Amino acid sequence: MGQIQLSKVTKKFGDLTVIPPLDLQIEDGEFVVFVGPSGCGKSTLLRLIAGLEDVSGGQVLIDGQDATMVPPARRGLAMVFQSYALYPHMSVRKNIAFPLRMAKMDQAEQDRRVTQAAEVLNLTDYLERRPGQLSGGQRQRVAIGRAIVREPQAFLFDEPLSNLDAALRVGMRLEISELHKRLATTMIYVTHDQVEAMTMADKIVVLQAGRIEQVGSPLELYRTPRNTFVAGFIGSPKMNLLSGAQAEKHGAHTIGIRPEHLLISTESGEWEGTVGVSEHLGSDTFFHVNCPGFADPLTVRASGEMDLKYKSRVFLTPDPAHLHRFDAQGLRVE
Amino acid sequence: MATQHSRSAARVMMAPAVILLLGWMLVPLTMTLYFSFKKYLPLRGGDLGWVGFENYVRFVSSSSFWPAIWTTLIIVGGVLAITVVLGILLAILLDQPMWGQGIVRILVIAPFFVMPTVSGLVWKNMFMDANNGFLAHLWRAFGAEPVQWLSQASLPSIVMIVSWQWLPFATLILLTAIQSLDSEQIEAAEMDGARKFSRFRFIVLPHLARAITVVVLIQTIFLLGIFAEIFVTTGGAFGTKTLTYLIFQRVLESQNVGLGSAGGVYAIILANIIAVFLMRIVGKNLDA
Ligand SMILES: Nc1ncnc2c1ncn2[C@@H]1O[C@H](COP(=O)(O)OP(=O)(O)O)[C@@H](O)[C@H]1O
Ligand SMILES: [Mg+2]
Repeated sequence: MGQIQLSKVTKKFGDLTVIPPLDLQIEDGEFVVFVGPSGCGKSTLLRLIAGLEDVSGGQVLIDGQDATMVPPARRGLAMVFQSYALYPHMSVRKNIAFPLRMAKMDQAEQDRRVTQAAEVLNLTDYLERRPGQLSGGQRQRVAIGRAIVREPQAFLFDEPLSNLDAALRVGMRLEISELHKRLATTMIYVTHDQVEAMTMADKIVVLQAGRIEQVGSPLELYRTPRNTFVAGFIGSPKMNLLSGAQAEKHGAHTIGIRPEHLLISTESGEWEGTVGVSEHLGSDTFFHVNCPGFADPLTVRASGEMDLKYKSRVFLTPDPAHLHRFDAQGLRVE
Repeated sequence: MATQHSRSAARVMMAPAVILLLGWMLVPLTMTLYFSFKKYLPLRGGDLGWVGFENYVRFVSSSSFWPAIWTTLIIVGGVLAITVVLGILLAILLDQPMWGQGIVRILVIAPFFVMPTVSGLVWKNMFMDANNGFLAHLWRAFGAEPVQWLSQASLPSIVMIVSWQWLPFATLILLTAIQSLDSEQIEAAEMDGARKFSRFRFIVLPHLARAITVVVLIQTIFLLGIFAEIFVTTGGAFGTKTLTYLIFQRVLESQNVGLGSAGGVYAIILANIIAVFLMRIVGKNLDA
């Protein structure tokens, strides 16, 4: 079981309130991603759950039991740190076996679990090496191995992929998702990268300045962002947010339209503008279009075949079914 | 940086330093070797010619030789043990966040700035004096008979004085090492279920291995030659005569330069044996 509930959890560092009272329910077996800009308190929240920081107020419940005062080792949670935090003077085998050794598990069982974890993570050939002799991706896997041998109630990951190069990151992302499918254990995953959040999560928690902006499945957040912050944060490239005269025409303070929901044409359309930078990805092309009377250029997605010259005249038409409207407070209007 | 040209340029530019250091080392070494094969008594006839290995044989067969070796080893070993153990404890203590940390750290380093002669005298007269010393008062306050430190417990006293001097050095090196430990490693160990002692044993201590090696090596080099602390306290009496002190007595008190030089060569050999021995035991920590 790995059900975690936060109830009015608060965290202050001196006078600085990093987490104002916050409630969150995480179900058993869920893959939950905390996402938000750097410094919004994601790590702090994770460390509060782990027990590495004491809460300033509120309760942390694990499987319905109050764990607020329980030391980290007895919460049954395993954590994978951003720096991996491997023990440099121990071999990979000893690193992975360390939590078992601390639990005074018998040697045969220790060996069995380490061997099994090494197989799952493709580390069998590296068991006798030191962490310093491994690549970044392998170190990452050792850190995960050290977490899985404990068979914890839940896994906590703090930006585990941010030290890897882009190609490796995509690979590890898949591996972690597969691991989740296989183990079906609760995982809480912290990242500032909304692509990781969208691709891996069952449930995304969007945080800003310690507050939860929205909780929901990736598609819920994509389709119905609750406010302008979530609208701008989820989705890549970012949603175009417009205010002023154009928004008022649609009866809102701010309107949002994703690049993929703007139709681009060289003949006619609702808004007229000139092409600025174009980004060719092969499958898609993104055009940044400057429209007179708009504060920022609009980003538009077009098919990969489309090629437009710099400064050429184009017309844009928003798809009304996918137009998001927000009020003066930035909240969604249906 | 490794072209033919840059390498030969580097050699030329390093040459003065290398030659200076070689001269610095070779001149006294050669002179010591030279005198060790001579009967040379400055006040009793001067240079009395070559004597082969006679000085070496005499130095070793003297009844003071083996006791001096033992005394040296006990002092070096005792001081190393005390400074490393207390150094680790102090370093851990100083690493804790506390009020007045800066001042406490400076206070801890202070003994290092006191000259050996001065600290020897301060300990002898202010702490260990059997009538007026602080320790004597302390003993009396508890109704105990004051200890005649420098005569009854001479060797432990010397070890204590020298440890007091070297503790700051050990503490400082170990403290910087502890501060360089990644806090996430400790937290990971905490989550892995390691209690305080296990965290120290399995994470902190291995992390300190390299710093401990450095402390042990550097201190050994200096401790093999301690002299002032013994000179001003016991004057080599009560079983505190180290190899260095014995050489000093042979050369200056008995005015036998040849014999003293032979002792010097033994001292070099002893230092090298210990150095090789230490490198073997702890050296593997350096390339970990
Ligand atoms: N130990 C600490 N003492 C004081 N402030 C802290 C401490 N840890 C984090 N903070 C502050 O809390 C805020 C959130 O930090 P963090 O949780 O690390 O953000 P994130 O992981 O989302 O980037 C930051 O403003 C940071 O400066
Ligand atoms: Mg963080």
